[in-house]
Amino acid sequence: MSAPDLRISDLTIPAARRRQDREPWTFERIIVHALLIVFVILAIGPVLIVIINSLKTTPAIFGGPFDLPTAKTFSLEGYKRVFTRGNFIVNYRNSLVVTVTTIVLTVVLSTLAAFALVEYRVRVASLLAGLFVLGIMLPIRLGTIPLIQMMLAWKLMDTLAALILVYTAMSIPIAVTLMVTYFRTVPTDLKEAARMDGASELRTFWIVLPLVRPGLAAVAALTMLPVWNDLWFPLILAPSRQNQTVTLGVQQFVGQFMNDYPALLAALTLGAVPLVVLFTLFSRQFISGLSKGYSK
Amino acid sequence: MIDIQSVSKSFVTRDADPVHALNDVSLEIYDNEFFTLLGPSGCGKTTLLRLIAGFEAPSSGAIRIAGSDVAALPPQKRSVNTVFQSYALFPHMSVAENVAFGLEMQNAPKSLIDERVREALEMVRLEGFAARRPAQLSGGQQQRVAVARALAPKPSVLLLDEPLSALDLKLRKGMQSELKRLQRETGITFVLVTHDQEEALAMSDRIAVMRSGDVLQVGTPRDIYDNPQDRFVADFIGESNLLPGAALGRDPAKTIIVRPEHIVVSPVADGAKGHARGAVSAITFLGSDTLYEVVLEEGAKLHSRSRGGAALATGDRVVVDWARAVERELAN
Ligand SMILES: Nc1ncnc2c1ncn2[C@@H]1O[C@H](COP(=O)(O)OP(=O)(O)OP(=O)(O)O)[C@@H](O)[C@H]1O
Ligand SMILES: [Mg+2]
Repeated sequence: MSAPDLRISDLTIPAARRRQDREPWTFERIIVHALLIVFVILAIGPVLIVIINSLKTTPAIFGGPFDLPTAKTFSLEGYKRVFTRGNFIVNYRNSLVVTVTTIVLTVVLSTLAAFALVEYRVRVASLLAGLFVLGIMLPIRLGTIPLIQMMLAWKLMDTLAALILVYTAMSIPIAVTLMVTYFRTVPTDLKEAARMDGASELRTFWIVLPLVRPGLAAVAALTMLPVWNDLWFPLILAPSRQNQTVTLGVQQFVGQFMNDYPALLAALTLGAVPLVVLFTLFSRQFISGLSKGYSK
Repeated sequence: MIDIQSVSKSFVTRDADPVHALNDVSLEIYDNEFFTLLGPSGCGKTTLLRLIAGFEAPSSGAIRIAGSDVAALPPQKRSVNTVFQSYALFPHMSVAENVAFGLEMQNAPKSLIDERVREALEMVRLEGFAARRPAQLSGGQQQRVAVARALAPKPSVLLLDEPLSALDLKLRKGMQSELKRLQRETGITFVLVTHDQEEALAMSDRIAVMRSGDVLQVGTPRDIYDNPQDRFVADFIGESNLLPGAALGRDPAKTIIVRPEHIVVSPVADGAKGHARGAVSAITFLGSDTLYEVVLEEGAKLHSRSRGGAALATGDRVVVDWARAVERELAN
């Protein structure tokens, strides 16, 4: 038994990787890599500048924005002020509560909806799927006034719950559409095998779920970004001091006459930390997830 | 065991005409039988299996299992289980959990489940693999887990849709005798779907040969091989020479069917007499056998397969002969 097993594990090393090691540096390959490096610099550059300058004094920021901090210009004052002057801990907590709750709600609701849309070929299914696509195309900010009226009527104005509800509504259309393509790739045999043995619909759903896991990661990552970074709805639906999210809290370092740049940049740097952490955790599944979901 | 009475099935497609996958099929499958549905791709084998399993409902006709009409029964209420071509193992469950699944869904007591799982894994000779995930098994092992999972709840009928088609030739031969052994040991009625006639002949108690939604002939492997009632059956099961009557100087409205292994080819010079004369147009060496292609004087072509083989060369003029008892005559 062990001899064929060995051969099978040999085969699982991707052919591409084995080939790559031997590939010569042709002109084409150099061009491709040069282009990729340019894109990486374009993408990472601004982020690096924010981080570098957050570690400098205000005069040093304007004196040489691209310089690395030296012993003379290095300062952690910005970070200190973020935690002393600002309301950062509360802001951070609010952002996390809103983002995490939105992700959980979006993933649960959209996965169930997508499973139903794929499994039950009732006539309204295509109509509903169409509505979700429409939801992707319509910017939710157009509905700000009705949303305010709704939140007032529900007495949810200036609460985190208002944000969570709006963000979940905003995220569900693309999440459902993405998950539908994932559930389509699940073989019918698997679902029939489960149902044949008497599994309930919910149980069948559970059995199928691990197969769409890359999709779940993609939905989570896709939901997280715009919610964490949003400024519009926190400003309108939850502006009071104890409900401010990070993006809104950062604004206190932007003054009418003078900006506290080190603190602003420090707050931005800290605000990006959860995004970076989650993305590193998800990145593998996220990338394979996105390409699979959209190409099928 | 299973009684299929004038069952038809059409699929309504969105744009094209409805597809008639089965036309008025009647079949009886007996208790403890190894029954095979054999036919070329697209002839409706899978459709018939899915009707028996309850994944589809017939457009007309009735299916009775163990004497009672199952029209109103969903798949899980029929004492029928399926081994899928793709195996359909649940990827995140261990082998043991996969095998236990059906019994768990029936709320069987834990002790019974454990015993049945052990029994089923023993039957397919995978005792040491209970804790593995399906991804950690070879194709042949996954296939055996699929069989164990289907057998564990002790169904009275097991449906197998091309269970061996994903395996390589050697493994396939091994699994053929394994399945046959399992069927004998458990006494469960097996209904196997295949398009491989050798597999069907090797494993089955009886075979139903199908073509484009029709059942052409039902019988034991020997019966079907020796007495094909149809040109298609004769050609599909084993190899056959279909010779127009005219080519042999007989009734032109008849086709004569002779198996290659029954035809003796000898040089004209020997003075042998036979059914016809011709010339050798090709010789293929097959190891233990030699295959001769002969073009008859009247134009028809035939194949003869013989052991060892007379010393013939391409272009030699020959006489072809066979015993009258081995030939079959069909109306055109
Ligand atoms: N759900 C369906 N909708 C429409 N047509 C179908 C459907 N299922 C099967 N058919 C058609 O019914 C016919 C029989 O299909 P079936 O799958 O039973 O063939 P098969 O004998 O199992 O073939 P194969 O050996 O290739 O598996 C085919 O023409 C097929 O296109
Ligand atoms: Mg089929």
